[in-house]
Amino acid sequence: MHEVVLRIKRSEPSVSAETRFDEFKVPVEEGMVVLDAVHYVEQNIDPTLGVRWNCKAARCGSCAAEINGRPKLMCKTRVESMGDKITIEPMRAFPVVKDLVTDVSHNFEIARKIPPFTPKKDTPTPFLMQQSDILRSKEFRTCIECFLCQDVCHVIREHNSDYVGPKHVVKIASLDMHPLDGIDRSNFMHSDGGLGYCDITKCCQETCPEDIKITDNAIIPEKERIVDHVYDPLGRLIHRIRGSRWQ
Amino acid sequence: MASNHEYSKVESDVLIIGAGGAGLRAAIEASENKKSVVIVSKSILGKAHTVMAEGGMAASLGNVDKQDSWKVHFADTYIEGVYINNWKMVEIFSKEAADRVYELERFGALFDRTADGKILQRAFGAHTYRRLCHVGDKTGLELIRTLEDKVLHTDTRILDEVVVTKIVTEDGKVKGAIGFSMREGRFYVFQCKALIIATGGLGRLFKVTSNSWESTGDGLAIAFRAGAELRDMEMVQFHPTGMVWPPSVRGLLVTEGVRGEGGILLNKEGERFMLRYSPKKKELDARDVVARCIYREITEGRGTEHGAVYLDITHKGYKFIMDKLPSMYNQFKDFAGVDISKEKMEVAPTVHYHMGGIKVEPETEATNVSGLFAAGEAACGLHGANRLGGNSLTDLLVFGRRAGLGASHYSDSARMGTIDEKEINDEIERIEAFTSKKNPTNPYELIEQLRQAMSSKVGIVRNEKDLNDALAVINQIKGKLDKIGVAGGVRFNPGLIACLELQNMIQNAELLVRAAIERKESRGAHTRSDYPGTNDEFLKNIVFRLENGQIKMNMEPVMKPPKELQEILLEGEKTNA
Repeated sequence: MHEVVLRIKRSEPSVSAETRFDEFKVPVEEGMVVLDAVHYVEQNIDPTLGVRWNCKAARCGSCAAEINGRPKLMCKTRVESMGDKITIEPMRAFPVVKDLVTDVSHNFEIARKIPPFTPKKDTPTPFLMQQSDILRSKEFRTCIECFLCQDVCHVIREHNSDYVGPKHVVKIASLDMHPLDGIDRSNFMHSDGGLGYCDITKCCQETCPEDIKITDNAIIPEKERIVDHVYDPLGRLIHRIRGSRWQ
Repeated sequence: MASNHEYSKVESDVLIIGAGGAGLRAAIEASENKKSVVIVSKSILGKAHTVMAEGGMAASLGNVDKQDSWKVHFADTYIEGVYINNWKMVEIFSKEAADRVYELERFGALFDRTADGKILQRAFGAHTYRRLCHVGDKTGLELIRTLEDKVLHTDTRILDEVVVTKIVTEDGKVKGAIGFSMREGRFYVFQCKALIIATGGLGRLFKVTSNSWESTGDGLAIAFRAGAELRDMEMVQFHPTGMVWPPSVRGLLVTEGVRGEGGILLNKEGERFMLRYSPKKKELDARDVVARCIYREITEGRGTEHGAVYLDITHKGYKFIMDKLPSMYNQFKDFAGVDISKEKMEVAPTVHYHMGGIKVEPETEATNVSGLFAAGEAACGLHGANRLGGNSLTDLLVFGRRAGLGASHYSDSARMGTIDEKEINDEIERIEAFTSKKNPTNPYELIEQLRQAMSSKVGIVRNEKDLNDALAVINQIKGKLDKIGVAGGVRFNPGLIACLELQNMIQNAELLVRAAIERKESRGAHTRSDYPGTNDEFLKNIVFRLENGQIKMNMEPVMKPPKELQEILLEGEKTNA
């Protein structure tokens, strides 16, 4: 039977600063994905290998890792597409808990701060909306929170900025583009969200396993919103007089 | 005795185990009732098995078919549950479903729309009318994100990647729970006034299943050990359509939405065989019926080389498929290299849902243990012997909310539990013992044996001999449980989790198989080749309880619905006939 070698980065930072790569030989089955190979190791060779997974169907976004240096979902990456020696490392933008498992809890702290869906005042219920009006927001709602876009974002990787990261811009866009949402998040996006740091290199968009057009459809429109709402004094004045939406 | 182990202590009015749809909805309710709430979950927040739900959530809004009403939904659910559901739960469910759907919309969920802007509803198996509110084929994802967002904006404390290993009681009353954080590698003691189990199902007992990692029935097992009654354990739903090829994805769900949107089932010879078995409802008959038909086609030699039948939606074309079933398109493209707009899918039944679970009071979701509540798939009573597609997402909201309310009211007059040091130390030592054995048995080997036995012996069509064989395997594994162990510590150690899960799985499997042996008839999802007919003598629920370390089994007669509901059922039977 054909075999593949997995080279897996091992560490447990709270115990020791040591990191190492362990190699494991894994027999290949038809259609096998990288997560299957990691499971083989866990079940047959080393049950202490730290790995996070859940659905194994590319629906839950738990098993994000860097495979041959590329951020991917282990459950969606075919073994045969990765060569005979496959290097698997944890995501780099997050602190490592153990082996392939990283601590992504910071993302939930950001999520707590994002102003939630707030329907426009006096919207009659049940809601009436047209299918064509919900399509824009729907795209963002396919996000599986794998945090791969956060992982590849060079602002997050290399700079100590306040930028919340692409995942959260997608969330904010999904709320802003809900046809009946009644609040404005551009001030939040501008100040707390630090969206100005993003220089639209589109790495996040290329990485998204759900093919969400993160930069084109979420980040750029949100940047435009900031320009309109925060930097346009005339528009701001008009809206203040009208007593409408923002501020 | 003084403590010699380190742990963190967390107190709350309401402790919720499980962060799927039911747990999150319960948290929202308890929080709105001004209770301090802690949610503990085995996976990270937002990853629960609920995300996998595809087709939709059933509620008789009547947006597409005006004639629909709670009464028809009641009749459909009760009749397809083959009369062993708890009628009161079905009544509450069908009456409150619409409110919960509209509420979810107010929380921010975006459902697909009708031409006049209302929530669109699609057809699904054995629902008389088009009733499933949906978000393409990602309804569960939308549900969990919406609830997650809502919970994150309450004071609820979320401790995710925490495994609870024991519920602590005193004199039949809940005091709290003990567990550990996988991420922190630290033990936790939870003291509470009320505790809600919302841990989902047990599909991972089987080799071929659509269920994700978590579904090992942990909540059922820890509740049972704490004295709670478990009911209808034999009732396991096989979803008719799971993927079969490649082996890596065997069991992965193919949504009923494919058939709801017009997909047809064909055997190897190209015959649309459902016309032969069920000329009226065809592909959209109840799940137990369609699963058995597919099983029969395959066992009688009319299946494909991979032991499957074909599911065909090519006639709808690429655009329609990408609009209505985008996840299915990607799933087959990514995992099987099949373009479902041009090629047929290969499908076979897969273990999908457990109708059985913790026995609860219909109104409050209270169990027989004071202060212990249960909701969602972990609870039992709504679905009887067979669950209708789309009823489980609504179940999470209706009874998740009620459990949150029940636990809140209970905690008004309950005292905060205090767990004594000895109990804490004993449990910590029990867990640590797994990591200090010499030459331990690998838990994964035994899990594999169990899952194989369950899939091959406790399948769609069961018989006494096979069931006894399965029981023998279970007993054999049980005898080896004290030898299982793993190296390493408590921090993110999958082998340790496997040890703990195996104990729970064995316990659940034993009850499941014993109930299956005891139910000497065929009803809903439980089919016995040696007792092919449905027998009124078994209009009963099989209930297990632990008494002084002994498993006690009871056959409880089903409560008959009151007259006005029986009339609704008579109407329903006419339409369903």
